Amino acid sequence: MSMPSPVLKLPVSLMANPRLSSWVRFTDDGRVTISPGKVEIGQGIVTALAQIAADELDVDIGRIEMIRASTATSPNEGVTSGSLSIQQSGRALRHVCAEVRQRFLGAASERLGVDAALLDVDDGTISGPGNVRTSYWELKGDVSLDHDATADATAKGAAERNVAGHSVQRVDIPDKVFARPRFIHDLALPGMVHGRVLRPELSGAKLIALDEEAARAVPGLVAIVRDGGFAGVVADTEAAADIALRALRKGATWSAGEKLPDEDDLAGFLRSQPVETTIIDTRMAEPARKPAQTLRRQYTRPYIAHASMAPSCAVAQWDGDRVHVWTHSQGVYLLRADLAIVLKLPAESIVVEHMEGAGCYGHNAADDVALDAVLLATAAGGRPVRVKWSRHDEMSHAPFGAAMAIEIEADLDAGNEIVGWRHAIWSNGHAARPGRAAEPALLAATEIANPYPRMIATNPPAANGGGADRNSVPLYDFPAWTITSHRLLTMPVRTSALRTLGGQGNVFAIESLLDEIAALRDEDPIAFRLRHLRDERAKDVIRAAARRAAWKPQQRPGIGYGIGFARYKNSGAYCAAIAEIEGADDIRVKRLTLAVDVGEAINPDGVINQIEGGAIQATSWVLKERVRFDRTRITSTSWTDYPILTFSEVPVVDVEIIQRPEIEPVGAGEAAHGPVTAAIANAVYDCLGVRVRDLPITRDRIIAAMERTS
Amino acid sequence: MPIIQFRLNGAAMAVDADPDQMLLDVLRSRLGVTGVHFGCGANECGACYVMVGDRAMASCDMPLWSVADKDVVTVEGLGTIEAPHPLQRAFISEQAMQCGYCVSGILVSAAALLKRNPSPTEAEVRAALDRNLCRCGSHNRMIRAVLRAAAEMAAS
Repeated sequence: MSMPSPVLKLPVSLMANPRLSSWVRFTDDGRVTISPGKVEIGQGIVTALAQIAADELDVDIGRIEMIRASTATSPNEGVTSGSLSIQQSGRALRHVCAEVRQRFLGAASERLGVDAALLDVDDGTISGPGNVRTSYWELKGDVSLDHDATADATAKGAAERNVAGHSVQRVDIPDKVFARPRFIHDLALPGMVHGRVLRPELSGAKLIALDEEAARAVPGLVAIVRDGGFAGVVADTEAAADIALRALRKGATWSAGEKLPDEDDLAGFLRSQPVETTIIDTRMAEPARKPAQTLRRQYTRPYIAHASMAPSCAVAQWDGDRVHVWTHSQGVYLLRADLAIVLKLPAESIVVEHMEGAGCYGHNAADDVALDAVLLATAAGGRPVRVKWSRHDEMSHAPFGAAMAIEIEADLDAGNEIVGWRHAIWSNGHAARPGRAAEPALLAATEIANPYPRMIATNPPAANGGGADRNSVPLYDFPAWTITSHRLLTMPVRTSALRTLGGQGNVFAIESLLDEIAALRDEDPIAFRLRHLRDERAKDVIRAAARRAAWKPQQRPGIGYGIGFARYKNSGAYCAAIAEIEGADDIRVKRLTLAVDVGEAINPDGVINQIEGGAIQATSWVLKERVRFDRTRITSTSWTDYPILTFSEVPVVDVEIIQRPEIEPVGAGEAAHGPVTAAIANAVYDCLGVRVRDLPITRDRIIAAMERTS
Repeated sequence: MPIIQFRLNGAAMAVDADPDQMLLDVLRSRLGVTGVHFGCGANECGACYVMVGDRAMASCDMPLWSVADKDVVTVEGLGTIEAPHPLQRAFISEQAMQCGYCVSGILVSAAALLKRNPSPTEAEVRAALDRNLCRCGSHNRMIRAVLRAAAEMAAS
């Protein structure tokens, strides 16, 4: 047996970026800069990472300056997604900071002549017996951080941490409250001009002719850019750019578009396309038990829009054959890789720097607009060009979360115990992010003169939590199952990563059918779940939510209660949700009670904020959201056509964290969506006696379900 | 072009611009007031709200001429880090946001509400913010923050 190499013990982000100085530096003015590869998207990650660094280095968190990710300087941590930032960046930083502290203690020991074990660090000042003292900043000339991390340093134990585990206030919030520019939309660079891109109304239509004359006459116009089917304008002001774009649109001739599916028969569409089929998991019963009956149920969820509050935006500036890009992309290196392909430039000629945008909830148009800006900036004579999409384009040309049809067949024995379970998914892939394939994923790359094909979305491997199949393998101890994923090989509606990928749809389906079977058995749905779970952390969140919601409150007319549970990706956060709804034809979610276990909660209030936000967003998806289209175009291109939950409709959300400081932390941002979706659907049954299996659960869907039942 | 005069965050302004240009545009690109955010351009999301008198209104579809001689307040006019508005303090205390892009419009809506109704009920706060969208799901924290600010203002 060979000994494992010690380097294998390093966190994954640190193995990829082992140089200590790429993560931590001490500045001449007595501060510490921390440079993670993950980016702030409103989830509070930079604060949580600052907490981890403050703890391990023993410096006041106020001394820490968090550096925005940039390909010029930052470690490459891939993409900020999948609720992995705490897990990847957090673990790496904890390790890096522990090692940096140890190296400085070694240097201090030498300088002060005191055994390192007797030294103490307080806000960066290192002191020891006999009132000897020095500091990180005094020693920084003696200690090179241009070393690769080793596996030697040991981070503090849970009991020694003073900052992690506490609800520290987020470092970005004061700027946002006092409107100090922090968003890319508010970035002002000298000489900056403004760009807009011409995109078709009809889905898949191509620009075949363009009369530029009217646009040329617009005062303030800097340039019209045309590259094959890609066209856009650059102007001195945003208003002039808008006017020029309107003029350009009038001069455009488009090809016929591509036919869209029937939005009222998504399952029929999804189940009739060419697919690539993957068996995700099987479990065989020994001996196989013969079913007395089989329940066969189909669940669907629609395409869902990311629908950021801010339309996607980017800034690009050329300097000779080098280009600098400011972006709210979730992956600066991945975006750079795609830009390099399209521009036929070495990656080193491109700097991609992150700036905050509005919450994106996955792969929206952030990356697309970056290429738009780079292309338009070619005509700006070295001036920076800011490109902002319109609300209309944001709601129709950005990728959507994929629609899903899920069929589960549950074999039941004579006592209605589950003896077999077959779960099949039909869906487009849930990931078409840039930077991972030989061809680019960016929209304009499919429009330029030598266009790249439109990337057909794929699914991440099961080891990364899967895509359409995310959370499709039951956590319950059913004796036999087969889980199958059919990925569509056509993609008339563009899809890519939306929060939870397939997790929301799969948890909705599994937890709805479990509820139905529990009801068939006349068994309490929580008791039923607990009986089928073996994982104590899973049971704990269910019990905690049940206790907090006083499960099960007495039946009252017009009020219903439902439960949903999942462990995100089957490897991340545990979350149980109990919904209280009020309903007749229309339903109203009154209260959501959730319990969550993320292991060590670095910032408990941050975790609660993420769970609350996830629960409210999931409620919006369940009750209201559905991308609308006719056979030629996306029609839900405004907030009127794509309504989301409003302040008056938002339920009370009550969250309990099961804090487990000794267990490695995982992310919280996607834990609530599946459980909340299922809890609401199950509460609808409890209240109205009907199972609505097609999302969103609207008045029409409830009436249709009632008609089916009667 | 005619010069349009109005008061912005308490200061007299005279802007030489197309009177049909939208106030949002003038604020952001002419006056450098970037706390006012573009969200939709159609008065459907609230990100661009400004206070005119004691009403929160969308600046994205408000022509410049319509604010002539009026009092316009943006989030920048509510307070500063040295002298914060109680709402700004309360939004920090309650950590009342995730991404924060909608927050400047929501602060303006809440400030207008508290001007008209210094001690609103929770339902009144929700109703007053109904035209402001938040996509991150920070609604309940914002409601708590507005009620906290109202209580603080009543006590002082």
